[in-house]
Amino acid sequence: MHEMASGMGGIRTAGDLVARMVMKGMKLNVAKKYVADKLGCTVFDLSDSAAMKEIRESLDIGTVLVRNGASMGMDAKVKIADILDIKIPSVEGQKIR
Amino acid sequence: MAKYFTRLGDGEGVWMSKEEIREDVMAGINDAVTKGKTPNLTDDDIEKLIEILTMPEKNVSVERGNEGIMTFDAGTLKLPVRAGIPMDRMTALMTHERVLCSDTMEMCNVDYSYKALKNIVSEEAMAMELAQKNCILPIFYGAMPNVGQYTKPDGPLDNWTELLPKGKVKEAMAAQEEAVELASKDMIFVGTHLAEAGACGIQFDTCGASGDADILAALIAAKELSSKFPNLSIEMGMANEYHLGMHGKLQFEGQRLAGQFPAAQVKSVEAAGAHIYGCVVNTKSSKSFPWNLARSIAFVKSAVAVADIPVVVNAGMGVGGIPLSNTAPTDATTRASKALIEIGKADGL
Repeated sequence: MHEMASGMGGIRTAGDLVARMVMKGMKLNVAKKYVADKLGCTVFDLSDSAAMKEIRESLDIGTVLVRNGASMGMDAKVKIADILDIKIPSVEGQKIR
Repeated sequence: MAKYFTRLGDGEGVWMSKEEIREDVMAGINDAVTKGKTPNLTDDDIEKLIEILTMPEKNVSVERGNEGIMTFDAGTLKLPVRAGIPMDRMTALMTHERVLCSDTMEMCNVDYSYKALKNIVSEEAMAMELAQKNCILPIFYGAMPNVGQYTKPDGPLDNWTELLPKGKVKEAMAAQEEAVELASKDMIFVGTHLAEAGACGIQFDTCGASGDADILAALIAAKELSSKFPNLSIEMGMANEYHLGMHGKLQFEGQRLAGQFPAAQVKSVEAAGAHIYGCVVNTKSSKSFPWNLARSIAFVKSAVAVADIPVVVNAGMGVGGIPLSNTAPTDATTRASKALIEIGKADGL
């Protein structure tokens, strides 16, 4: 219920990306600004599912609907780590292997 | 006089006038101010809260742009176990990612205590590795410190809740000090395996449930894991708006833990190197939803005001103002959701 009432929208929008920055200890508004700057969009766009669908598809970082040839799971996270300029533990583990 | 539909603290529906709602809101805030020494809410906060509580819509939401991030405790227990849906944890994680569109998720085990997980940590780590390969959303691994499990007959220590009524205070304190050592070791052991398996974060959930020894064990583990794994996120969710002093003299980084309210709790969590503080304010089922929500917001806002890390609020059944009912009414849940973020200024839930 909270997802609909006050959540960012996960991979439907930029919720997972903002969450990754909050998980690093960034306050919410700083995290939103950071992600928007990295994606080259406005903070408002981050929770607009139509705008974010286009952005996520163009960056190939995973969308709600599976598409032929598009990145999913780990492949998408490798790109997310690169775009956000962060280290994602499972992506780093993958590199070592 | 117009009446508005709201709830009692146990979820039962009730019709109240705006004045009755205002009285309960003021009393709830007053409870936090007098007992928890929180600052008062502003007049604007109070008017905004009453507006949310009396909105005619069944369910409400935040204004565009005010969204926060959603985290979960007992994450993969909710669909496969509590709701009885025959799905494995991977399916639950992907359902949250692709159907519910959660911002993060938590993988956990039915036996939700770090002590129990020690025995199956290899299998849990394998499950995390597989989940990380398939999921895009950030995945925490979580469980509770539960230091009570280190007492007889489940563990090696004498039970302090039995020692204290007998007047064996020193023995009770010593048993808790030993429990801190055992529990923090187990949490570091499990956390290390899950971090090495690629978990995005480790969650310590319901910290302080067994009192100040419980939160101390979790803080020690958080400090160790955050320095050992700089890319690992640590989220610490509390058990209560007040740490019980079952020991009474335990300290972390020079601060006494017993009696800490959210504004002090968050500073201890920061000192442990954790990245997210999970604020808990327990619902009083004998009071109304307006009373409980107002009180919760006062506590949350007091923590946010001093926090240097994000504050997320536990807002499930019986916490964060939400009625103490296994099936939380959506009208109350969504109002709490909106109010905790827009008035409490939480970074998420």
